[in-house]
Amino acid sequence: MTNVPQSAILAEEAEPKPGPGSQVTATTRPSWRNLNFGPRMWVALTIIFLIVLMAEVGPFVYPYKSSLKVGSLYDEPSAAHLLGTDNFGHDIIAVLMNSTRNSLLNGLLAGTLAVFIGVLIGILAGYVGGWFEELLMGITNIVVAIPSIVVLILISMSLQHTNVGFLKGIGGLALVIGITSWPWTARAVRAQASSVATREHIDIAKLSGAGTPSILIRDVLPYLASYVVMAWVLQLASAILAESTLSMLGLGPSGTDSLGIELHWALAFQAVSTGAWWAFLPPTIILTLISFSLLYLQSSLDEVFNPRLRRGKKKNLAKAAARRAETARKLAQQNEKVEVLS
Amino acid sequence: MGLRRYLARKTVWYLGALVIAVVLNFLLPRLIPGNPVDVIVSQLGQGGLSSEAQQRIYEDFSREFGLDKPMWQQFITYVVAIFHGDLGKSFANYPTPVTSLISQALPWTLALQVPAILLGWIIGNVLGAIAAYKGGGWDKSVFTTSLVFSSAPYYCLALILLYLGAVVAGVFPVGGAYSLGTSPAPTWAFIADASTFYWLPFLSLLLINVGGQAVGMRSMAIYELGSDYVNYSRSLGIGDRKMTTYIFRNAMLPQITGLALSIGAMIGGALITELVFSYPGMGYLLFGAISSSDYSVIQGVTLIITVAVLVANYLVEVLYGFIDPRIRAAKSGEK
Repeated sequence: MTNVPQSAILAEEAEPKPGPGSQVTATTRPSWRNLNFGPRMWVALTIIFLIVLMAEVGPFVYPYKSSLKVGSLYDEPSAAHLLGTDNFGHDIIAVLMNSTRNSLLNGLLAGTLAVFIGVLIGILAGYVGGWFEELLMGITNIVVAIPSIVVLILISMSLQHTNVGFLKGIGGLALVIGITSWPWTARAVRAQASSVATREHIDIAKLSGAGTPSILIRDVLPYLASYVVMAWVLQLASAILAESTLSMLGLGPSGTDSLGIELHWALAFQAVSTGAWWAFLPPTIILTLISFSLLYLQSSLDEVFNPRLRRGKKKNLAKAAARRAETARKLAQQNEKVEVLS
Repeated sequence: MGLRRYLARKTVWYLGALVIAVVLNFLLPRLIPGNPVDVIVSQLGQGGLSSEAQQRIYEDFSREFGLDKPMWQQFITYVVAIFHGDLGKSFANYPTPVTSLISQALPWTLALQVPAILLGWIIGNVLGAIAAYKGGGWDKSVFTTSLVFSSAPYYCLALILLYLGAVVAGVFPVGGAYSLGTSPAPTWAFIADASTFYWLPFLSLLLINVGGQAVGMRSMAIYELGSDYVNYSRSLGIGDRKMTTYIFRNAMLPQITGLALSIGAMIGGALITELVFSYPGMGYLLFGAISSSDYSVIQGVTLIITVAVLVANYLVEVLYGFIDPRIRAAKSGEK
């Protein structure tokens, strides 16, 4: 579907790293001010903010409704309709805003569900250990191995025939995407949780009589917070792409707009070969921007939380080298002096 | 000893995954409420089939599905049929067997995906390693470009390439896999014709795979560059050349696992790419089947995809077992 999980693999493959703050004693807790938000994060956050603004505020400001027929098949962009009309004669900008809103909503629901399931399974497996861990990870490994696109296609095929209204729309699709995309998170969280489980503060919590749920929430979860946030960002991106993939295949939520559905109709009505760029480029660009900005955000978060990925600037390295050379020279001079004196 | 245990364990896992995948493939389409045959035939009826043909199809499917029998017996019938290489008959193109539709589509998909995945993996890893090693401007430009490509959804890049290459520039054909009027034959003329259609979809897959692998390899290599053994070797005065091979070999292992785990995603993405280019492979077949509610074809395609992904994963994991010295050296077991 997408190659989003690539970075999730890295999170798992990398040696379990101590969480942020484990090196820091209670007196020097890092504050947000100390975190190194690079320019990348601002770029990513700005793009995300603009897209959300367009999707949430746009429909209230824009004069046309997305369901209103204002023209005919693929009217060219004009002063009244800046991006022309789609195959149904609807205004593209109106449809685009509505679609983006639905796609974001779907991503939010599905991504959050996937992270919730993944964290729950991962943390239980990592903390409890033993046969329970083997069992949970066995299930996870099997779910990882079966291509999720196949399960998604098969389930959403059935969803199209249900009589339950909720399942036919965005909610149903989000549910399906959520319950098929958690394994990545579960595996990454388990690796971290099992390393946290061996630390001393867990023993202290146990000795003071805390129950397992309380230990998991108060003493294990905070150490995984950075991973959970990064996993969530990744899951958002992958859920949005999963929805658009399914919608392009014609298995999307019925009766609404979404970025994938727009592309589905654009392909079905030959928008590309007839040169109607306004029908397929806007959703394509928005999807790419969403996916890019979320991944960019994730990778900059990774650098904030994980100093080993951060590299010093060349300038600083050169300065440090000069400093070292200076000390070495002084040391050599001192030695010479000592030799002369003796 | 360690290797043998590793292989045995992986084999058991993948067989388990295969069994579960087959069960899901059987079970999920049956979640459709009511009698699936009714649903299918009523939908076919909307397509303007004669009532006589409908009746024949109805009887045939009822017998094939064995809907009067209990679920477990239906499942056994299904599994036995699969082992006989029988995936049922297409609803939309009745009575063409699903296997013959798939055997027409599969070669196109394989020709597109195998080179794109392998080449993408190799180029991506080399590029990522160079970016990590050189640092500075090199790193910045390679990383950002790779991130853009790897985060672009497959179909988005495909759409943009198709529009620019075929519609605006007019250099490449708009869609399909060979010119109208020719039919697939192993002649040079046909291959030359087909290759003009091949470049765009191939390039769109390749770019995304290269991007994804380069991003991954870069992070792995930066990790390795900062690790203790590198500092130690540096202080011993070991040359850059030798160091690069150390780093490359260590960063490579996770990338092999990465390949195994992302094959599923790559294949899924490639299916949609075929859709954009109207490339007559498995993805295009699947799309056609979904729009005509051709359940037996959908089920056949998903089964083949699942098996292909599982086999590919399994092969990569076996390869990993042979490459990773920790598995060969046994006792330490998996990390």
